[in-house]
Amino acid sequence: MQTKPRWLSVLDIITVILLIAATAMVFFYAPTEAVMGQVQRVFYFHVAAGWVGMLAFLVAAIAGVAYLAKGNRKWDIVGLSAIEIGIVFAFINIVTGSIWARPIWNTWWTWDPRLTTATVMELIYVAYLMLRQGIEDPDRRARFGAVYAIVGFLSVPLTFFSARLFRTIHPVVIGSNEAGAQGQFDMTPLMLQTFMFSLITFSFVFADLLWHRIRLGQLAEKVEQLRLKLVD
Amino acid sequence: MKPETAILASETRPTPSPLSSFLRAMGAVIWKDLVAELRSRELLSAMLVFALLVIIIFNFALELDPKTRAGVTAGVLWVTFIFAGTLGLNRSMAIEKDRGCMDGLLLAPIDRSAIYFGKAIGNLIFMLIVEIIVLPLYSLLYNINLFKPGLMLVILLGSIGYIVVGTLLATMAVQARTRDILLPILLFPVALPVLMASVKASNGFLQALPMAEIQPWLNLLIVYDIIFTAVAFMVFDFVVEE
Repeated sequence: MQTKPRWLSVLDIITVILLIAATAMVFFYAPTEAVMGQVQRVFYFHVAAGWVGMLAFLVAAIAGVAYLAKGNRKWDIVGLSAIEIGIVFAFINIVTGSIWARPIWNTWWTWDPRLTTATVMELIYVAYLMLRQGIEDPDRRARFGAVYAIVGFLSVPLTFFSARLFRTIHPVVIGSNEAGAQGQFDMTPLMLQTFMFSLITFSFVFADLLWHRIRLGQLAEKVEQLRLKLVD
Repeated sequence: MKPETAILASETRPTPSPLSSFLRAMGAVIWKDLVAELRSRELLSAMLVFALLVIIIFNFALELDPKTRAGVTAGVLWVTFIFAGTLGLNRSMAIEKDRGCMDGLLLAPIDRSAIYFGKAIGNLIFMLIVEIIVLPLYSLLYNINLFKPGLMLVILLGSIGYIVVGTLLATMAVQARTRDILLPILLFPVALPVLMASVKASNGFLQALPMAEIQPWLNLLIVYDIIFTAVAFMVFDFVVEE
C-alpha cells in the first residue's frame, strides 16, 4: 500500500499556514482602498484564483503534449487533475469578480474581454470533462482529452485577443491601462506585498491540490487494476 | 534489398513522390465524399433546409425590419452558417463511423493526415455550397446586396477556420457515447474567435467601413486558420488511432 509521501504532508502544512497568513494580510495588513473601500480586498484572491485557473490550463496543455508524445498514463492523470482544479479556481475568479463589479461597475456582469475569456475558458474546461465522460475506453479517453486540452488552450488567447478588439472597461492594475477602464487604482507597497503573497499562496494551494489529485488518480487506477485481477 | 532488385522494382512500378501520393489520397477522399453526396443528397439538403429555417426563425425572433436589419445581417448570416456547419460536420463524420468506413480508410496505406485534409476539404466544400445558396436567398428575401468581394473573402476565411477545428473535434465527438450533443459543446467555445472575427469583418464590409477597421479582424482569421490547420495536422493521428 502506498503511504502518503512525507513531502506532501510538509506541503500541506506550508499551504495551510500560507493560506491563513494570506487571509490575515488581505484583511489586516493591506490598507483599505480610498475610493472603492472594503470591496477592493476581493482583488487579492480574485486575481490569484484567476492565475491558478490559467496555470491549470497551461499544465493540462503541457500534460496533453507530453501524453501524446510519450503515451504514459501518468500524464493523463496530471492533465485531468489540473483541469478539475482549474474549473474550481476559474469559477472562484468569476464569482469574486462579479462581487466586486456589482458596486464598482454597477452591474454583476459585462461583456469585457477578460470576463468573456474567463467564461469561455470555464466552458472549455466543462466541455473537456463532458468529452471524457462520453468515452469508455481509457486509452482513447486519454488521447482525446489531451487533444482537446491542447486545442482549447491555444484558442483561449485568440478569444481574449478578439474580445479585446471590442472596447474594454476592465481595469489593468499591472501594466498600462486602456482609456475608459473603470475602477482602477494604484497599489501601495503594502497592497503590492499582499497581492504578491496571495499569488504565491495560491500557487502553493494549486501545487498541493494537484499533488493530492494526481495521487488520488494513481490510487484509483491501482484499485481498478486490482479489481480486474480479481475478476480474472 | 540488393541494389539490382531495387532498381528493378523501381523500374517495374515507379514509386510516386510522397507529395503526389499524398495529394492523390486526399483527392480520393474528397471525391468519395462528393460522389456519395451526389447520390444520396442527404447532407446538403438537410443543411440547406436547416439554414433556411434558422433565417426564418431569426426573422420573427428579431423582427428584422429594414432599420434593425442593417446592423445584424452579418450576425444572422454567421449564426446560420455555423449552425448548418455543425449539422454537416456531425453527419459527415457519423457516416464514416457508422458504416465502418473509417476503419476502411484507416486500413488504406496512406498518410492519415491525407484523410484529415480530404475530410476537411470535403466538409468545407459542403459548407461553401450552403453559403453560396444562402447568400442570394438572403439577398432576395431582404432586398440587400450581399455580393461584395470582401464579404466573400471573409466567408471563405471564416469557413476554413470553422471547418479545420470542426473536422478534428467532430472526429472525436462521433466516437463518444454522447455524440449527438457533444460536437457543439466542444466546438463553440473553441471556435468563438472565428465567429467574432467573421461577424465583425463581414459587418465592416457590409457597412462599407474603412479597411483599417476591418484589417485586424481579417488578420485574426488568417492567424486562426494557420494555427489550427497546423495543430489539426499534428494531432489528427491520435484522434483516429485504434
